[in-house]
Amino acid sequence: MSPAMSLTAIGLVIAATIGIGLFGLRISRTTSDFYVASRAVTPRWNASAISGEYLSAASFLGVAGLVLVNGADMLWFSVGYTVGYLMLLVLIAAPLRRSGAYTLPDFAETRFESAVVRRICSFLVVGIGTLYLLPQLRGAGLTLRTVTGAPSSVGAAVVAVIVVINVAAGGMRSITFVQAFQYWLKLTALAAPIFVILIAWRSSEHPVGLLDSLHGAGAEWAEPLSTAGGRDHPLYATYSLLLALCFGTMGLPHVLVRFYTNPDGRAARRTTVVVLALLGAFYLFPPMYAVLGRSFAPDLIGAGADTVVLELPGRIFPGTVGDLLGALVAAGAFAAFLSTSSGLTVAIAGVIDQDLLRGRLNRVTGGDYLAVNGFRIAALLAIALPYLAFELTGRLSLADTVGLAFAVAASTFCPLLVLGIWWRRMSTVGAAAGLLVGGVAAITAVLVNVIGPPSGGWPKALFGQPAAWTMPLAFLTMIVVSRLTPQRIPAGTARSLVRLHTPEAVDVDRSFPQP
Amino acid sequence: MSTPDAPRRIRVTSPRTSAARRSTSHTGTREIDEQTRVGEVYMHSLIQSQLRLALAVILGAAVMLGGLPLLFWLVPATRTFSVVGLPLPWLLLGVVVYPVVYVAARVYTRNAERIEAEFTEFVGRK
Repeated sequence: MSPAMSLTAIGLVIAATIGIGLFGLRISRTTSDFYVASRAVTPRWNASAISGEYLSAASFLGVAGLVLVNGADMLWFSVGYTVGYLMLLVLIAAPLRRSGAYTLPDFAETRFESAVVRRICSFLVVGIGTLYLLPQLRGAGLTLRTVTGAPSSVGAAVVAVIVVINVAAGGMRSITFVQAFQYWLKLTALAAPIFVILIAWRSSEHPVGLLDSLHGAGAEWAEPLSTAGGRDHPLYATYSLLLALCFGTMGLPHVLVRFYTNPDGRAARRTTVVVLALLGAFYLFPPMYAVLGRSFAPDLIGAGADTVVLELPGRIFPGTVGDLLGALVAAGAFAAFLSTSSGLTVAIAGVIDQDLLRGRLNRVTGGDYLAVNGFRIAALLAIALPYLAFELTGRLSLADTVGLAFAVAASTFCPLLVLGIWWRRMSTVGAAAGLLVGGVAAITAVLVNVIGPPSGGWPKALFGQPAAWTMPLAFLTMIVVSRLTPQRIPAGTARSLVRLHTPEAVDVDRSFPQP
Repeated sequence: MSTPDAPRRIRVTSPRTSAARRSTSHTGTREIDEQTRVGEVYMHSLIQSQLRLALAVILGAAVMLGGLPLLFWLVPATRTFSVVGLPLPWLLLGVVVYPVVYVAARVYTRNAERIEAEFTEFVGRK
C-alpha cells in the first residue's frame, strides 16, 4: 500500500466533504435548516443521504472483518442492518414523520406529555450516540495507522475536527449533500476493487480460484453455527443479534433525525424503500472481501481482521494497481467515518442544545445569543465526549461495539416508539419504567463487555448479545406498568394518534397538547 | 373495513341547505376532530388496518429469516449444500435476502398507501 497515494485520496475526501459543506452553508440560513434541512429533501436525495449516513465503519470495515474470522454467522450483521430498515418502514416511518417533532425527546414529550420521559430520552440519545461514535473514531484511527503507521489517536482526532467544522458550519442541510455524495463514494470504493479482481481472474489463469476458501478441506470456517471463532451458543447468539439489529435500527438517534427531513409521511415511506435498495447493493460486497481474504490474506485472521478491506487490494495486486485501489478503499473508509460521525453529531448536538444547553445559555447571556451558535457549541460537546472515551472500547471489534449500540436502542427507543405509535393505552409511567428497565439492563451488558466479559458459556453469550432478553424485558415492563397505571394515560393520546396516523390529505386538527 | 360504516355516514350527512352554508366542512373529519364515538371508530379502523399490514410483514420476515438459523441447526447438510457455486447459507444471506426485502418493502408501501387513500376518500379530503 502506498501511503502517499492513500493520504492524497483521504485528503480529497476531506476536501470534498468540507467543500460541499461550505456550499450548504450558503443556503443554510435558519435554525430549521440546521436541524432538519427545513424538511424539503426529496426521497431520492434523502435515501442516498440516509444510506450514506448509516453505512458506518462497522459496515465498511467491520462486517468483512467479522466474516473473515467467524464465517457465515456474521453475514447476519449485514442482513440485520438491512432488515432493520424494513422494520422501521412498517412500524414507524410515516407516523414518526407525521409526529411533527424535531428530535426523539420532542416526540417523547409530545406523545407522553412528560418532561421526565423527555429527560430520560435525552440521556439515552447521548448514550447510544456516544457508544456508536466510539467505533467510528476507532475505525478512523485504524485506517490511518494501516495506511501510514501513525498512532490511532491521530486518525480519530482528524475525523473529530472535520466533523465539528462541517456540522457547526452547515448543520443538517449541508450534511444531506455531503452524505448523499458519501454513499456513492463508499459504494464505488468497495465495488471497484472487486470488479477489477473479477476481470483479472477472467482474463488469465490463476492457481487460486476466487471461491476456493468456501469449498473443500479447510472450509469449516464458512459454515453457519460454527463455534470456530470462539463464540459459544451460536444459535442463541444468532437470534439475539438478529433481534438487536432488526429492532435497534429504528432507535438509533441519527436514523430518527433523518426521518424528520422528509416532506411528508408518504415521502418517508418511499425514502425508506429506496434506502433498502441502496443498502442491499452495498452489502453484496463486504462478504466478498472476507472470502478473498481467507485465500489471500490469511495472516489477518485474528487481531488485524478489521483491516482486511484496506489490505486486500494491495495483497492481490502488488504495484500501482493495488496502490490505486488501496487509496480508493481508504478514501471510502474515511467517507464512512465522516458521514456516520456527522449524522450522530448532528443528532446528539440537537439534543444537547435543546435539553442541556439552551436554558443555561439563556441564563448566562440573558437570551442575547444566536440560536445557531448554541447548536455549534453543542456540536463541539457532542464529539468531544466520545473522543475522550474512545480508548475504552479497545478490546471489542468494530461491528461488536456497534452491535451493542443497537442492543441498547432495541431495548429502549424501539418499545417506546412502537408502543407509543400503535397502543393507545400506554401510560406515561409505563413509558418511563420501560425506558429505565430496558436501558439499565442493556447498558449493564455493555459495561460488562467493556470492563471484562465472562470467559465463556451462557454468561458470555447472554452479555455479549443481550437483546434477546433486554428487549422483551423492556416491552413487558412498558405493557405491565401501563396496565397498572391506567389513570396516567396521557390526556391527549387520542389527538396524538390522529396526528401520527392520518394522511396529510385529510384535513383534521393536528394541534399539539398545550402544556 | 369501510362497508359496515357506510350507511351511517349517509345518515349523518347534512341536508342540502346547510351543506351550501358550510361547504368546506366534512363530516368525517369533524367526527374525528370532535372525538365523537364515530370519529374514534374511524381512527381505530385506520390504525388497525395499518397495524395488521405491518404485523403481516413482520410475521413474514420472522418466518423466512428466523427460520434460516433453525434450518441450518436442524438440517446440518444445508450448511454446506452448494447452489450455483456458493454454499446455501452464503447464497441466501449474502445475495438473495436483499432483493426479497426490497420487494417486501415495495408491496408494503403500496398497500399502506392504498389504506390511506381509502381512509381519505372515506372521511373527506381538504
